[in-house]
Amino acid sequence: MIAGQHLLGMRGMDAATIYGILATAKGFKEISRRKIKKVPSLRGRTILNVFYENSTRTRVSFELAAKRLSADGVNISASGSAVAKGESLLDMAQTLNAMQADAVIIRHAASGAPHYLADRISARVINAGDGLHEHPSQALLDIMTIWEKFDELDGLNVAIVGDIKHSRVARSNLIAMKTLGMNVRVAGPSTLLPRDLEAVYGCTVCESVGQAVEGAHVVMALRLQKERMNSGLLPSLREYSVEYGINSQLLRTTQDNAILMHPGPVNRGIELSPDVVDGQRSVILDQVENGVAVRCALLYLILGGSQP
Amino acid sequence: MSLLISNGRLLDPSSATDKLADIRITDGLISEIGPAGSLSAGDNDEVIDATGRWVSPGFIDLGARLREPGQEYKEDLESGGNSAVAGGFTTVVVMPDTHPVVDNAEHVQYILARSNALGLCQFLPTGALTVGRQGQILAPLAEMQKAGAVAFTDAGRPVSNSQLMRNALEYAQGFGLTILSHAEDIELSCQGHVNEGPVSTRLGLKGLPVVAEETIVARDAMLAEFTGARLHFSHLTTGRSVHKVAQAQQAGAAVTGAAAAHHLVLTDEDVNGFDTSAKINPPLRSNSDRLALIEGIRAGVLSAITSHHTPQSSLEKDTTFDRAEFGALGLQTTLPAALHLVDEHDLEPLTVLGCLTSGPAAILGMDIGKIAVGSTADLTIFDPNQTWEFTPEANLSKSSNSSFIGKTLKGRVLKTIAKGKVVFTI
Repeated sequence: MIAGQHLLGMRGMDAATIYGILATAKGFKEISRRKIKKVPSLRGRTILNVFYENSTRTRVSFELAAKRLSADGVNISASGSAVAKGESLLDMAQTLNAMQADAVIIRHAASGAPHYLADRISARVINAGDGLHEHPSQALLDIMTIWEKFDELDGLNVAIVGDIKHSRVARSNLIAMKTLGMNVRVAGPSTLLPRDLEAVYGCTVCESVGQAVEGAHVVMALRLQKERMNSGLLPSLREYSVEYGINSQLLRTTQDNAILMHPGPVNRGIELSPDVVDGQRSVILDQVENGVAVRCALLYLILGGSQP
Repeated sequence: MSLLISNGRLLDPSSATDKLADIRITDGLISEIGPAGSLSAGDNDEVIDATGRWVSPGFIDLGARLREPGQEYKEDLESGGNSAVAGGFTTVVVMPDTHPVVDNAEHVQYILARSNALGLCQFLPTGALTVGRQGQILAPLAEMQKAGAVAFTDAGRPVSNSQLMRNALEYAQGFGLTILSHAEDIELSCQGHVNEGPVSTRLGLKGLPVVAEETIVARDAMLAEFTGARLHFSHLTTGRSVHKVAQAQQAGAAVTGAAAAHHLVLTDEDVNGFDTSAKINPPLRSNSDRLALIEGIRAGVLSAITSHHTPQSSLEKDTTFDRAEFGALGLQTTLPAALHLVDEHDLEPLTVLGCLTSGPAAILGMDIGKIAVGSTADLTIFDPNQTWEFTPEANLSKSSNSSFIGKTLKGRVLKTIAKGKVVFTI
């Protein structure tokens, strides 16, 4: 399926592969809930976590995943390494290669950085978020979370709300959801919607958040980076939360069994009102839990471990 | 002793000539032109059999970066000159954005001295429009003109200050100078990397919107009309830019425009896979913009095709897309790109070759780029149908930032003759 391959993005991944990864992840989720969470599948394998950008959820869950599979994991972050001394990605690639890693998990501010690395090292490369481009493991954990609540993904209505332009989470989800036959509607300030969005992703751009959310099975809010105000893309956080914030009133217009998602970290009171973050529809913490399971599945499948 | 080029298809756009002819070159000048088979060689004469070949005035490039002085690790006038003559160019206008910037007479003279010493093609220096290309103070334009600068530009940068651009045009008009405009609103470009559209959206790369070019084209065209100055747009990339130039021309403004060869054959889709060779400023655009450029050439709105030769070494290109510098090689691949317009878009050979010869000559206001008795013997002999691979070995640049490396190209330069001397042959 994906054995021996890089995971650079959701583009090009077919539905069978997605379901295959999620089925494996389901097994790992079950293991994660045991008292003894460790399996020997990747014993003796070396996994490097190379994070050029700050991250809590993604980094920790990849780290946990490696540990649960008994692999040897090492974390390299930008601030505490040669990266801070200005080492180029090319030199980093050569260095990583010399260390004989089996997999390199990379997060980088440059779109295409994992592709650059994949062309230059022999280890398998897993994209843990590149610039504005893709964040495939996030899309997979999101799809897993949706799949847990809805047996049939084909035909589900999804609303993605917020800063699509600067979101690699949105891009990977848009690709995966289209592959799985979901109807995606997006809403956000026009300054935060990239050009040709509908044509590229086959989604529908709505005029208002209300229109996007109405009748949705899944509502996914995106994190708003506060620096967007400085570049004149938005007048104020207040105006954003009034126009695009998700609150309980909006959620009344969704399907009865609708779920609310957010990739985290949430700006409470901006993308989501506090009551809906902690409300019944919220599956935000399921997303986090599934993140570990999905990353276990990815490492296991890519590195071809023995049966868990 | 003379050089006889026999039985070639002589294509001279300056006189709309398209006929089989013999051409005799004596002492660096064209001494005789006659019907094919009419001229005979003397015992000491060298003969080039051009049967089945096309013979054109030597190509004139309006914009190459040859990186000397200052960045000789990317290119120098010798390697750039070798690339140029291999591409059929006998005249190359050299951009002033070197280190240091060509913004004074001494630097202009340096380029000319090197050109003469190398004896490859004729390098024509341009001078910066503003001191250090900083967009603040006008450079000594008249002094550089006297030293031999043929046009003025901040190459790679616009003059963002509209008042300064007006002054530059007005001042240049007084001396009959030509200004070359790099049309880009830096604020609108917003540190983008690739044409804003489906590709930038898909790849998550910051976009360079078409409107960043078009607003400055509109501004500069109106300023040219207002001041009466001669203004040339170095590399237009959008349909609306072509339209704005056409409007200005209809209004009687002395405004001309060129397209870079790569913008005529590549689109932003060629960036796919984060190929930094395809990171160019102005960027590769959509296919509809590409087609609009071709129509602009057909209609005569655009009168030049440039190499836009911009060497970058692996230091600038072997990195992530956002960090890579802009630019692609062009001198050796311009002819195949231009001939593509004849093959695929039914442009007349004379129209396309005009964009490499008489068109650039007219933009420079120079009496070059023609085949006539008494004129300098600058000629290019090529086979429009011969295919060849642009291999790393065939690439004569010091750099290798080209989307065409490893590709099979159609249209091959066989001989380049500059000032009567064969400077390139295969």
